[in-house]
Amino acid sequence: MSFESFSDFLAMGGHGLYVWLSYGVAALIFLANVILPMKKKNEIVKKHVQRLKREKVA
Amino acid sequence: MWTFFHKLGSPKWFYDISGKWLPWFAVISALLLVLGSIWGLAFAPADYQQGNSFRIIYIHVPSAILAQSCFMMMAIAGATGLIWKMKLADMFVKAAAPVGASFTFMALLTGAVWGKPTWGTWWVWDARLTSMLILLFLYFGIMALQSAIEDAATAAKASAVLALVGMVNIPIIKYSVEWWNTLHQPATFTLTEKPAMPAEMWIPLLVMVIGFYCFFTTVILLRTRNEILVRERRTNWVKKLVTKRGAL
Repeated sequence: MSFESFSDFLAMGGHGLYVWLSYGVAALIFLANVILPMKKKNEIVKKHVQRLKREKVA
Repeated sequence: MWTFFHKLGSPKWFYDISGKWLPWFAVISALLLVLGSIWGLAFAPADYQQGNSFRIIYIHVPSAILAQSCFMMMAIAGATGLIWKMKLADMFVKAAAPVGASFTFMALLTGAVWGKPTWGTWWVWDARLTSMLILLFLYFGIMALQSAIEDAATAAKASAVLALVGMVNIPIIKYSVEWWNTLHQPATFTLTEKPAMPAEMWIPLLVMVIGFYCFFTTVILLRTRNEILVRERRTNWVKKLVTKRGAL
């Protein structure tokens, strides 16, 4: 451990804002990269199912 | 080797096999990224000059490496698609563009945030930063082509050409720190020399780089599989798969 306490860890020797801003934005980008294609897949499957139903009726 | 190459051209084969790989890549990337972040944030020693702001390196360097190698992979896939008309290569280019753009953005943003306490400025128009910004616009260009051109084959051709032309920018990014006087420091990792930083600093960085690549693979698989579902929607195997999933 290179920090004495948890508040030390948060403060990052006065550079807390920069470090946590960087990691925060990175985390958001990672999340978006996972969530977007998963949502897209649900949409695709939904559309498919609707189309198949329509074709059956027709 | 050639049977593998031919199989790669089959979307159904790829869909099946990538479904098996996907959870492994997802779990490994999550583990490596969490491990690397904690290691880099809490356990790596502070830099004697930069203090703790240097910890941004653990996301800045991997995202910058990935941003560039993603573009190179897209150029190679684009050429493969142009020459052998391999559909999967076209799909890769389309899937990779937004992911590559997001990591280029991550590299630029973390670089700016790191620049403030280190150089005293968020942004300078120097060679490294400007060429990375151009890389971001190249990614945007490919994304724009993909959404503007309706026909998949034409969109793939246009994107492949832009990816190949855009390759000019990659060596410019790489050597920008040597050719011009810049604020940006030279490469952190080189294949030929031992890292200049102590092991406690570069091992977590290596963990993060591998984690970033595994994460990239995971996301590319997700996106390519989506693309397959859309393009192969008329085939029987997709219809079967969808009705099975849709019933759930």
